[in-house]
Amino acid sequence: MTRLVLRRLALLVPTLFGLSILLFLWVRALPGGPATALLGERATPEAVERINELYGFDRPLPEQYVTWLGQLLQGNFGVSTRTNRPVLEEFLARFPATIELALVALLVAVGVGIPLGYLAARYQGRTVDHAAVVMSLLGVTVPVFFLAFLLKWLFAVQLGWFPSSGRQDPAMVATHPTGFYVLDGLLTREWDASWDAFLHLLLPAVALGSIPLAIIARITRASVIDVQHADYVRTARAKGLAGGHLRSRVILHNAMLPVSTTIGLQVGLLLSGAVLTETVFAYPGIGKFLSDAIFALDYAVLQGFILLIAVVYALVNLAVDVSYGLIDPRMRAR
Amino acid sequence: MTTTSTNRGGGSGAPLLSIRDLEVTFRTEAGSAVAVRGASFDVHAGQTVAVVGESGSGKSTTAAAVIGLLAGNGSVTGGSILFDGEDLTTLGPDAMHRLRGSRIGMVPQDPMSNLNPVRRVGHQIDETLVDNAVVTGRDVRPRTVELLEEAGLPDAARRAQQYPHEFSGGMRQRALIAMGLAARPQLLIADEPTSALDVTVQRVILDGLTDLTDRLGVAVLLITHDLGLAAERADRIVVMYRGEVVEQGPARQLLTDPQHEYTRRLIAAAPSLASRRAELARTGAQVAVAGVDDLLVVPAAHDGQAPEERPIVEVDHVSKVFRLRGKGLLGRATDFTAVDDVSFVVPRGRTVAVVGESGSGKSTVAKMMLGLLPPTSGTIRFDGVDVTGKDRAAEVAFRRRVQPIFQDPYASLDPLFTIYRTIEEPLRAHGIGDGASRRARVRELMDQVALPAELLRRYPAELSGGQRQRVAIARALALEPELVVCDEAVSALDVIVQSQILRLLVELQERLGLSYLFISHDLAVVRQVADHVCVMQSGRLVEEGTVEDVFERPRTEYTRTLLDAIPGRDLELGRTA
Repeated sequence: MTRLVLRRLALLVPTLFGLSILLFLWVRALPGGPATALLGERATPEAVERINELYGFDRPLPEQYVTWLGQLLQGNFGVSTRTNRPVLEEFLARFPATIELALVALLVAVGVGIPLGYLAARYQGRTVDHAAVVMSLLGVTVPVFFLAFLLKWLFAVQLGWFPSSGRQDPAMVATHPTGFYVLDGLLTREWDASWDAFLHLLLPAVALGSIPLAIIARITRASVIDVQHADYVRTARAKGLAGGHLRSRVILHNAMLPVSTTIGLQVGLLLSGAVLTETVFAYPGIGKFLSDAIFALDYAVLQGFILLIAVVYALVNLAVDVSYGLIDPRMRAR
Repeated sequence: MTTTSTNRGGGSGAPLLSIRDLEVTFRTEAGSAVAVRGASFDVHAGQTVAVVGESGSGKSTTAAAVIGLLAGNGSVTGGSILFDGEDLTTLGPDAMHRLRGSRIGMVPQDPMSNLNPVRRVGHQIDETLVDNAVVTGRDVRPRTVELLEEAGLPDAARRAQQYPHEFSGGMRQRALIAMGLAARPQLLIADEPTSALDVTVQRVILDGLTDLTDRLGVAVLLITHDLGLAAERADRIVVMYRGEVVEQGPARQLLTDPQHEYTRRLIAAAPSLASRRAELARTGAQVAVAGVDDLLVVPAAHDGQAPEERPIVEVDHVSKVFRLRGKGLLGRATDFTAVDDVSFVVPRGRTVAVVGESGSGKSTVAKMMLGLLPPTSGTIRFDGVDVTGKDRAAEVAFRRRVQPIFQDPYASLDPLFTIYRTIEEPLRAHGIGDGASRRARVRELMDQVALPAELLRRYPAELSGGQRQRVAIARALALEPELVVCDEAVSALDVIVQSQILRLLVELQERLGLSYLFISHDLAVVRQVADHVCVMQSGRLVEEGTVEDVFERPRTEYTRTLLDAIPGRDLELGRTA
């Protein structure tokens, strides 16, 4: 197991290296060069020259790359041209919000999706099953932003059960040592702040989690149906197992193998899907910041964010692989 | 061992299990299909009764009905199953559940798929003990270890901590036997308990199972397709055919004096029952082949000493080494020698069989022969030319002359191709003939393998196993190859179908002058088709000779073990009749 983790971490190095080269060349390949892109409408020849000199864009590409990489390794991701603050700082200020949102969305997707899929399989062909199939179809087909609007309109605007935007009630004074608001509230024993942050999270998390939920439910259903007919389930029955033991130890455990792979794949979807959801709920995560950066052609931010998200994505998938090993002993030997 | 007389209920009082007029029906979308009809037989306490039949005969369905584990769409629609005086067909699911494991145990067919892959083996026996309330708490694990030891698993305490994938097939089957007997049931259903194992392992496992059930006085309902095995292990044999019991009686009597036509056919087809190659179609036509062969040093022709004709294949000191990844973070890669310095020849128009257990390297030999794997050292010459190191054109030419037939006719045919397209495919791929001539050739091939032309528009899923294997043979013959490599080509088939396919292979050999390399684990089958036999063990060729030599006068201990392991080998049946 340790070997697997170490090997995967080692694999991360060439992956990120390759990605850094792509990102580096991408900015250099912009029409008119990076300086023109940076300056936009203010791109007079003199200004371009000044920027080139300032950022070293006039030096040979390999040299530029080495310098840039050296800075990256020291944690210097450059400065946002839009906010004039260091990229890393902007990132760290927003990323916890997105992580928190994605995590709660994942919990919703897994916590509802697996039981739903399991019940559908167990009562295959009956009402529960049909309802689950319809629900998961809806989950996949309804666009995230539309569902987000719908949830917001119904539960926040019409019913007023949940706050409609942001991460925290502006009137509430709370300290945030980690940037994960729900966790912060728990750590500082500001229970009301934690609860408030959770309520803010819920609607966006449901919207964001709807597609993964639907997919997880469908895979769970198919997997459980498959496992129910496996030889070892029949043998387990033959040796006298029944009821809860049979379901939890034999059926559900085995059925989780494909489901855990699916969950791993959904994590990427959650991170990229966060952009839309965050916009609808005016949720201050990286999604919104990233879309602003795209419109403002803030390349330093885009470069840095893409790299950092790649690291996070790789680490999350490593965690999923590890969990796969925990579920399936055959994976540990690999 | 009890040997009850033929009259039912005789011998030791009331039977433990009494099946009367059992009818089992499966509901499908196409309507309902009766899988078992009017089946009646008894199993007395401590007795072993074998139910024999081919696939689809209803033998496994009968067993499943007894233990209440029919597939979801199947149900008992008539008759009764009296177990210890209680009619199981009237029991509710809870009562049936209490009976399973504790009073009726089961050893399933395939050890590879019947253990829960995600839980430790010991754990799976623990839960059997706990859920059947045999022992509790601290006593569970020691009992589990005892049971595993009893089933013949060495080093049981440590093994109990392992997962199924760390066990070999034989070890898994021992674990399954321990599991089936854990709660000391009165009746054990053994559904083809060893058909997925190597012959030598099969024998050891069966010996262990027989000893154990005899000692414990457990009655056994043995489900098998292997008549030889049934004859050897059972007190009584029940023969099922198309859902009905066609004949039953004491084992020996049934085999020596079969009454029903189907039983006679089954006995005639059973390869394990000491049949010889001479009994196949060869007898008549052998003369013709022998005429050609006169020039060869006829019977004991070791390595092509034929002066005129060069052997079609010469395998010369061939080895194949695979590199295995090391264990641990910095583990060193180790070499695994799958085939170790093997030499033999395939004379033209003859059949050379390579036999051995799983892991013996026989399939690796087949792959190298087909040019699918390059040998690490040594050479394989086909018609005098080295098989490896060919250019593209030579390779295409080589592929035309050497064709494979694989084991599983279900997996080796493309399910989306019609039979016509399947057989035509190689002709098309090699650009032979035009549409009309290819159509004629496909029809001719269908004729050769005795399949009706109506089947040409069907898909593989609509054909039986035997028909599919005939299609696979037709496809292999399409390019008029000189060598056909049969890799376990009949192992997946029922005995009667098996003997038909073997007969077809022999006939085709005579008519078309084919040479066969016949890879098999089944010595009984090899005896029916081969001229020469090569016995492989752990990558090495341990014995080689004519079929008579190897079977009648084996020179190595290993060959003797293999031969002894063939079930029913000692029985001389129906010869007098």
